[in-house]
Amino acid sequence: MDIYEKNRCFLCQGNIKREISWVGFFLNQGEFYLCEKCEKKLEKIRGEKCSLCSRPMEKLPAKFKKEAICYDCYLWEKEEKWRGVLEKNISLYVYNEFMAELIARFKYRGDYVLAKIFAADIKGVLQRNEFDLIVPIPLSNERLFERGFNQAEALAREAGMHPVSILSRIHSEKQAKKSRQERIHLPEVFSVTNPIQVKEKTVLLIDDIYTTGSTLRHAAYVLKKAGAKRVQSLTIARG
Amino acid sequence: MIFPQKDQSKKSESFISNDEKQVVIGKGFDDTLSIDEQLREWLTGRMLLFDELPFPVEYIEQQIRLGFCTSYHGIERKGNHYICNRCKNTDLSLFSPFPCARCQKECVYCRSCLMMGRVSECTPLVTWSGLEISFSYPNSLHWKGGLSPSQKEASEKIINVIKNGGDLLLWAVCGAGKTEMLFEGIAHGLERGKRIAIATPRADVVLELTPRIKQAFPDVPVISLYGGSEDRHRFAPLVITTTHQLLRFERAFDVMIIDEVDAFPFSADEMLQKAAEKAKKKDGSLIFLTATPEEKWQRECISGKRNCVILPARYHRHRIPIPKFHWCGNWKGAIQKGRIPQSILVWFRKRLEMGKQAFIFFPEIQWMERALPLFQHYAPEIEAVHSEDPQRKEKVQKFREGNIPILLTTTILERGVTIPNIDVAVVGAESEIFTESALVQIAGRVGRSPQFPTGDITFFHYGKTRAMIRARNQLLRMNREARRKGLIDD
Repeated sequence: MDIYEKNRCFLCQGNIKREISWVGFFLNQGEFYLCEKCEKKLEKIRGEKCSLCSRPMEKLPAKFKKEAICYDCYLWEKEEKWRGVLEKNISLYVYNEFMAELIARFKYRGDYVLAKIFAADIKGVLQRNEFDLIVPIPLSNERLFERGFNQAEALAREAGMHPVSILSRIHSEKQAKKSRQERIHLPEVFSVTNPIQVKEKTVLLIDDIYTTGSTLRHAAYVLKKAGAKRVQSLTIARG
Repeated sequence: MIFPQKDQSKKSESFISNDEKQVVIGKGFDDTLSIDEQLREWLTGRMLLFDELPFPVEYIEQQIRLGFCTSYHGIERKGNHYICNRCKNTDLSLFSPFPCARCQKECVYCRSCLMMGRVSECTPLVTWSGLEISFSYPNSLHWKGGLSPSQKEASEKIINVIKNGGDLLLWAVCGAGKTEMLFEGIAHGLERGKRIAIATPRADVVLELTPRIKQAFPDVPVISLYGGSEDRHRFAPLVITTTHQLLRFERAFDVMIIDEVDAFPFSADEMLQKAAEKAKKKDGSLIFLTATPEEKWQRECISGKRNCVILPARYHRHRIPIPKFHWCGNWKGAIQKGRIPQSILVWFRKRLEMGKQAFIFFPEIQWMERALPLFQHYAPEIEAVHSEDPQRKEKVQKFREGNIPILLTTTILERGVTIPNIDVAVVGAESEIFTESALVQIAGRVGRSPQFPTGDITFFHYGKTRAMIRARNQLLRMNREARRKGLIDD
């Protein structure tokens, strides 16, 4: 019996045919959203990685490493303003060509259901760690209207979390077009709308991708200033 | 485009139903208001999202109230079903709800045509409903070439269909000169103010076709549409487009010509077929061009159920080369062991010695890449191409210039490529990917030019398939038919 026969892959529309195993049955792995072929193209971050930002370090030349952390993180941590602001970033997948396409389809084309693909992984992270607040990185109002949904919030919701929107964006320009220097030296991008809620809490920030880490650090900075105890972040891809 | 965010009550108010619009017109049309030419160019025959138009929402809403435009719901709910008004998708598995920031509700969107910009329940589609653009271009055809008697016959039939509506299948072998047969019919339609679309599944074909059409009709505005085209806001009587872009049209064309109907993705994608139907006017004409119609259509043609013209011969009056079948055993096993199967090796080395260029088709990239070093052992200049190869264009160009003796390829080169004097082999012709139409197209690469009208085409297989036999029979039948009609001299 092939109970998954009707399921079609979210990306290639091909049929999903999976072996049904007892392990899968008892662990309730639930539905599959991708066919095996597409899933293979997703590359999990494994092996040696930066203990701070999850950047894969196996193939990284030695000059970009500083002991257990990558050179980017070393630069961030060197500056007093940013030291320890973002305690840790967990990223799930390598930002390869396939992931780039997937994220583009998800957030720019607005294919909301794709958030489900990562639900199980995100749940896994949450089972291993405890947080008081789950906070998605917000979009500006214009961008939110244009896209119809906030991709970070979608990821959290589809993973069964209850995200709280306590950040708002002051600046509205797109990040993707800026250089690292421009991003780091931005004036404040976020503000905390309800500081009382943050006091003494451990916060998990959610976003789709970690590129330079500037967005997440700016968000973590205002949260810490508002009194958050610890701030970590979770992104599906590490650019 | 950035829209101001609005509250919901305001939004629902602004989408006037059709009845209301009638009332507005009934109250007396304000004729001091003139037509906005720019908006008309954008919207004539098109059905677009607000986001696709460079006009403020308020302005479009005003135009809707005035009756110049009409808006439709992007997605309509009918009982338990949904229908997407852009791509006509009704497959429930391709709809999904999401918490929409625009309408603040669970909003259903269509995943089928998502790549053209998301259509959801709260996104309206706008069309032009004012006075249409009219035109006439008498004597527009400036093409100086001539048609052979059989091309002439096909051309007559095309004119007839364009004149009277209905549909026609032009089944012409590879290299018959299909485009030229359309010219007279197009000229005829343009003279009578008919809007004409030539649609093809592939963007590279659009790019190749556009200059040829512009040259033949120098005084007629021609636009070409594909993803990212600069012409997307323009109106033209003659439109050359990918079948995907037809999704943005609604009842636009009096004449719809679809080239390479059997090509991927059109043949496999119901959405595109519906799009072509939607983009055509109800009483318009529909013309299909193909060298390899699907089996059902072939039967309908032969039994006379489908209006069709068959062109069994190439314009250069030589017969089409017939594929030879050659059993090559377990070729995958051989390649795995690091050798080329004997029969293929003999064929291959003969081309090398003769210095004749050849394509060798493989069913899968993986096997082709494994085989490549085995072939390169004999001639290091041999290359391989596939669809994801970034150097695809350069390699084909190098082959064209004669700098690559033999090119290994997947089915990407099955159609559209014309190289004068080549032989072709198919390795693993039994593979599912080599359908009847793919094999006919591949065989059609051989003997294209009048200087070199012959060549060798061999299918190396590990067990004959129905598709192989049907492909060969189709070509044999074409040659027989051509001989009977006196269209080839041999």
